[in-house]
Amino acid sequence: MTEPLIYDISVPGRCGVSLPDVDVPETALPADLLRENLDLPEVSELQVIRHFVNLSHLNYSIDQGFYPLGSCTMKYNPKLNEDMARLPGMAQLHPLHDDEGAQGALALMYDLQTWLAEIAGFKAVSLAPAAGAQGEFAGILMIRKYHLDRGDTKRTKILIPNSAHGTNPATVTMAGFTAVELPSDENGDVDLEALKAACDDTVAGMMITVPNTLGLFESHIIDVIDTIHGCGGLMYMDGANMNALMGVVKPGELGFDVMHYNLHKTFSTPHGGGGPGSGPVGVNEKLEPYLPGPIVVKLEEGTDDEAPLYGRRMPEKSIGRLKAFQGNFGMHVRAYTYIRSNGDQGIRDITRHAVLNANYIRVKLQDAYHIPYNRYCGHEFVLEGRFEDVPDVHALDISKRLMDYGIHPPTNYFPLIVHEALMIEPTETEDKQTLDEFIDAMKKIAAEAHDNPDLLKTAPHTTPVSRLDEVRAAKQLVLCCRPVEVGV
Amino acid sequence: MSYIPHTDAERQQMLATIGVTTIEDLFEAVPASHRFPALDLPAPLSEMDVAAELQALAEANEHAGDFAIFRGAGAYHHFIPSAVNHILLRGEFYTAYTPYQPEVSQGTLQAIFEYQSMISVLTGMEAANASHYDGATSLAEAVTVALEATRRKRNKIILSPAINPQYRAVVRTYHQGQNLKFVGDDGSADIADLVALLDDNTAMLAVAYPNFFGQIDDLKGLAEKVHAAGALLVMVVNPIALALFKSPGELGADIAVGEGQPLGIPMSFGGPYLGFFGVKTDYVRRIAGRIVGETVDQDGRRAYVMTLRPREQDIRREKATSNICTNQGLMALSACVYLSLMGRCGLKTVAELSYHKAHYAAQQINSVPGFQVDMSKPFFHEFVVKCPKPVQAINDALIERGIIGGYDLGQDYPHLKDHTLIAVTELNRKDEIGALVDALKEVVS
Repeated sequence: MTEPLIYDISVPGRCGVSLPDVDVPETALPADLLRENLDLPEVSELQVIRHFVNLSHLNYSIDQGFYPLGSCTMKYNPKLNEDMARLPGMAQLHPLHDDEGAQGALALMYDLQTWLAEIAGFKAVSLAPAAGAQGEFAGILMIRKYHLDRGDTKRTKILIPNSAHGTNPATVTMAGFTAVELPSDENGDVDLEALKAACDDTVAGMMITVPNTLGLFESHIIDVIDTIHGCGGLMYMDGANMNALMGVVKPGELGFDVMHYNLHKTFSTPHGGGGPGSGPVGVNEKLEPYLPGPIVVKLEEGTDDEAPLYGRRMPEKSIGRLKAFQGNFGMHVRAYTYIRSNGDQGIRDITRHAVLNANYIRVKLQDAYHIPYNRYCGHEFVLEGRFEDVPDVHALDISKRLMDYGIHPPTNYFPLIVHEALMIEPTETEDKQTLDEFIDAMKKIAAEAHDNPDLLKTAPHTTPVSRLDEVRAAKQLVLCCRPVEVGV
Repeated sequence: MSYIPHTDAERQQMLATIGVTTIEDLFEAVPASHRFPALDLPAPLSEMDVAAELQALAEANEHAGDFAIFRGAGAYHHFIPSAVNHILLRGEFYTAYTPYQPEVSQGTLQAIFEYQSMISVLTGMEAANASHYDGATSLAEAVTVALEATRRKRNKIILSPAINPQYRAVVRTYHQGQNLKFVGDDGSADIADLVALLDDNTAMLAVAYPNFFGQIDDLKGLAEKVHAAGALLVMVVNPIALALFKSPGELGADIAVGEGQPLGIPMSFGGPYLGFFGVKTDYVRRIAGRIVGETVDQDGRRAYVMTLRPREQDIRREKATSNICTNQGLMALSACVYLSLMGRCGLKTVAELSYHKAHYAAQQINSVPGFQVDMSKPFFHEFVVKCPKPVQAINDALIERGIIGGYDLGQDYPHLKDHTLIAVTELNRKDEIGALVDALKEVVS
């Protein structure tokens, strides 16, 4: 099942929109500056609707079924959130509107900053970062500026465990530091001896994910934090896995100096097929002056009769702007709506049930699959997608076969420290029946791997397309379906 | 309102399967001293109560649904056909993840491929990526491409002062750890002044088109000069203006970046937006972010997949040139649907309506005593007005009359104190322009 390209159904002279006539006297256009051709598709509104609805049918999504994609927290995206972000007062507010006339938006942002700070135990939060990766970047830039402001110019290294997300080392390089990888010990924790050996006065800090990418809570996290602080470094926590921590532990109270949140994971804003995200950063007193801006501050306390007055400010020693304007506000509205709906009790329950679901699947699958580091996990766990007696079957084959059962595959081949890793994260919004169906499918696939491995090797069989020739895509690069001639 | 489906009975069954008595038992690895802290958050609310609260917050904002708006400066109030939002609200699109599993993501992948194609057409560049966070970060990523393309041997970046000041700030934030020299944007340099700064240490020269003041500079011949110095020409463009004016490709640019918000994306107080990024083929392997390419499946059917993946952070790790791991997927879809609906004819009409209304407004305002419009260069849909009073005072008076006034340029450009930047689009009716002109007359009288 495929759908033609929108250009394939284009007919010269057709248009999918009606626009008014010019209601003012016209002004001549500067002829020598004009372009001659504009090769956009020419289709009717109905054709556009059918085309994109047909395309949507080629996708798999949370709204259609179970999506246990580890490290991505594919929880239900409440419909109310979408409606709230589209209220005219939110969606039609200009980003450079004066503070006085944007008090509703600023109050929302201020409360969201406050709640996020409370959830993770930080002093202050900036909503500016557009995605988790930008939050990480902001965090490492803040660490950099903190050291430089103290005249401490020797610190050129950031330590990163080998279980880290790939973004962490890329972020470190982007900020002008050198990434130094640390090994894990036999329990999947940071190797403390290796950590101590790496710590000296050239270490600016450490980036670590909690729980780690095996889904495990670092057994000696306090020792890790103390060791880094002991050599003058700062601790960055990758908050991608906050869904395992809310109401359980506050990273700021553990001693972390800075952390980013993924509103599109923990706080239910939709992934949108790859964005937009939103990656606020939380910090303690040490880093507060360096936050990316603008942030929202309360200029005047409210009274019985009047609401407080809010305004936008750049923090005193800010690392600067990360994008134009003030973060992905539409995502802030959704996250605000989510936290407000759940409230104190709901936020606590989210983590407890996310962890309950993950452990339930883990225990149910531990006989059918090998689970390295098999202990109580957080919101996700990693199993090996391989069988010693069927060496030809790989994690990828299991993933592709899951599609035939109507389930999205787990994350494959990450973390890198587990062979043939399949990382499974159910989230709290899935009911027991759905988990049981998944467990059932995984067990059947394990049996198929032994009885009929070809069924896995050639999967998927029921999807709109079969496995793709990815080598061809990279070698015979076709990135655009129209001829474009460039000038000099 | 909670979205957790578990019943008490199910919880007990699951706990028994795991072999613990309470959920709290699962957290033994968390240091006991810090386990289960209090959470000082408001109490839960029902769906109707949350909606009422958000409605009240929304109504506390002065927005383009209630006011006539003449503010742009990087975010524009354009008409968005209803069909755009209906497609965006398809759960199959907005509740899907990044298309890492192409067999079940052809909808997202093909839409991105079509988006890339339309951005290539619009900018006149041979390739486009799946997008960056916004126009500002696209420009910051263009700097990285220029540094890589000149093999990290050059460290001077020339920026026009007429590029959006926030974009220039973002570029500096991104590259603060890289020991670069940013020059050219500390005064009122024109194109010739920027060309004079080119030397063999220059990696790129960036100009805006239209520039921040709405003007269309004549850029013929600029690319040759930049290339003669061995540098890259980067153009920051407005996508609606490109329906009328020569494309960056025609003008010889190496990279074209810009803010895609005008393409069917609401202003939404600054985000989420869409950073588009087009390049010449020579540089395509150096760009950051996702790229979708065409291929076939095992049965020979045309299909789409993320390609050139080894450039990206999850594979290249510390050697990647950027840490970006998302694109603005849903916003790229907005632009794709918008451009499909508008098509060849509609987008040009939007651009022409904006152009004619802006010029009409400029002439009317210029005729108000005390106000002077800068007509020294051709402009698109935004123009600079010298005012007889501080811009803030004028805007305060306008808001009383239901009008959101222009952007106060004195905030970013000291020499433009008391100058306002007025934006006019197809949504500004003639009577709104009349009301603005009448209000300006009253303000000065």
